[in-house]
Amino acid sequence: MSNKPVQAAIEGWFTLDADTPHLIGACCDACGTYYFPKTLSFCKNPACDSTTFNEVELSRTGKIWSYTNACYKPPEPFVAEDPFVPYAIAAVELEKEKMIILGQVVKGVDVDQMKVGQTAELVLETLHEDDDAIKVTWKWQPQR
Amino acid sequence: MSQDIAVLGVGMHPWGKWGRNFSEYGVYAAREALKDAGIPWQDVQFVSGAATMRCGYPGYVAGATIAQALGWQGAQVNTSYAACASGSQALAAARAKILAGECEVALVVGADTTPKGFLAPAKGYRPEDPDWLRFYLGITNPSYFALYARRRMDLYGDTEEDFGLVKIKNSENGFTNPNARYKKKFTMEEILNSAMVADPLRLLQICATSDGGAAMIVSSMEYAKRIGKANAVKVAAVSTVTPTFASAVVEMPDIATDSAAAAGVEAHSFRAALPKKAYEQAGIGPEDVSLAEVYDLSSALELDWYEDLMLCPRGEAAQLVREGTTKLGGRLPVNTSGGLACFGEAVPAQAIAQVCELTWQLRGQAGERQIANAKVGITANQGLFGHGSSVILKK
Repeated sequence: MSNKPVQAAIEGWFTLDADTPHLIGACCDACGTYYFPKTLSFCKNPACDSTTFNEVELSRTGKIWSYTNACYKPPEPFVAEDPFVPYAIAAVELEKEKMIILGQVVKGVDVDQMKVGQTAELVLETLHEDDDAIKVTWKWQPQR
Repeated sequence: MSQDIAVLGVGMHPWGKWGRNFSEYGVYAAREALKDAGIPWQDVQFVSGAATMRCGYPGYVAGATIAQALGWQGAQVNTSYAACASGSQALAAARAKILAGECEVALVVGADTTPKGFLAPAKGYRPEDPDWLRFYLGITNPSYFALYARRRMDLYGDTEEDFGLVKIKNSENGFTNPNARYKKKFTMEEILNSAMVADPLRLLQICATSDGGAAMIVSSMEYAKRIGKANAVKVAAVSTVTPTFASAVVEMPDIATDSAAAAGVEAHSFRAALPKKAYEQAGIGPEDVSLAEVYDLSSALELDWYEDLMLCPRGEAAQLVREGTTKLGGRLPVNTSGGLACFGEAVPAQAIAQVCELTWQLRGQAGERQIANAKVGITANQGLFGHGSSVILKK
């Protein structure tokens, strides 16, 4: 195992709690629309002219809207392992926020272990390593 | 007042992969369209180009680049960029100018030269750019197509074979099309044995990128009458609507949808909104449609379009392809050109190429691909960042 420090692959997009990580989104103070990635400038609800937002932790679980996998190495800026290891992808619908968020699925789970409507939970896992750090990102963990 | 404009001429440079300057394909297609229209280049008053982002600065000003290559003659010029809908926006600009009385006859043209492999984002560390971000997280274009395909399988019971039937149909349609790049009739075995790219989509079910060029000469109905072409095929509608908040289907390049949590906000499907606006504009309904050209970025996506075009109820599209309704000789042929399956995508030219095919079909000039009694045709496509289009042609 590497002794490098663990860092967020994208700073400020999720909390780094090992057990119960959350995506960090925003919620419009006036109309209650959620945002991920967080928006702190102008509300995108066409009926709302608010510029005030609260930073919020988004729900950690949702229902799988759909899922797939990546059998071929994506182009840069993706940093692939050598040799490339395929991974699954899920789009998960958050009930309270009424939005769908994409992400990789945890290592070791492929499409044959998923179904539309299944519950999935947010976890952190390595996206890639560079010379100085292990870069982690959010991934979806389907529940049995 | 009639909102129709006339399609006097159409032309294409065949699709392929040669890496030549994009304007060569554009000029070739424009000259074909002029020849088809029977008017001299000097009579064109407005050049409406669709931009390409992968050919340097001349591509950003494609209208002017192609006008210069055809020989400067003082026409007004415009260039539109709207990802896959660029060609339709160029057509919309020409239509608006004609209907406003600012010009009588216009050239609409798009051409592209594409790099090999996955389309990749601009370089650097740029997490604020959703297109950069999704590639960093490992989410490519086929990932989105596959999410839509898998949802059809889990919700409606579509199968890999259903998606294979779409590919077989399109490969048979494009087989005799002189402008198609891929002319090979595929079997189910070949399709289902091709490499898995993004489960459930395999290599032979995902659209490639191509070089190509397409052009149209359009005019006011008055002008068409004056040159003896009062019976020309007409553009009855060009829809380029943006999504309506909250856009509830994950679309390239975003990693999240809008949130529909606010009071009074409903979830909307972007794809369904495009043809709806076109039908409204044309005063024509889905029951009047003779044929459609839709964006089969994947074989499975063609089935989504059947439903978004309201050619069948939601969830029942696979039945149309199983019964042969949408093949040549069926009640409602779709992608008679062979679609993206046989062309591969030449982004700024593709939406125009769809309209070229409808024109040939409505005129009865589609050769071995010709369908019977074509009266109304509709196109549909979608691109990045909420761009999409739907065009209706009628006799």
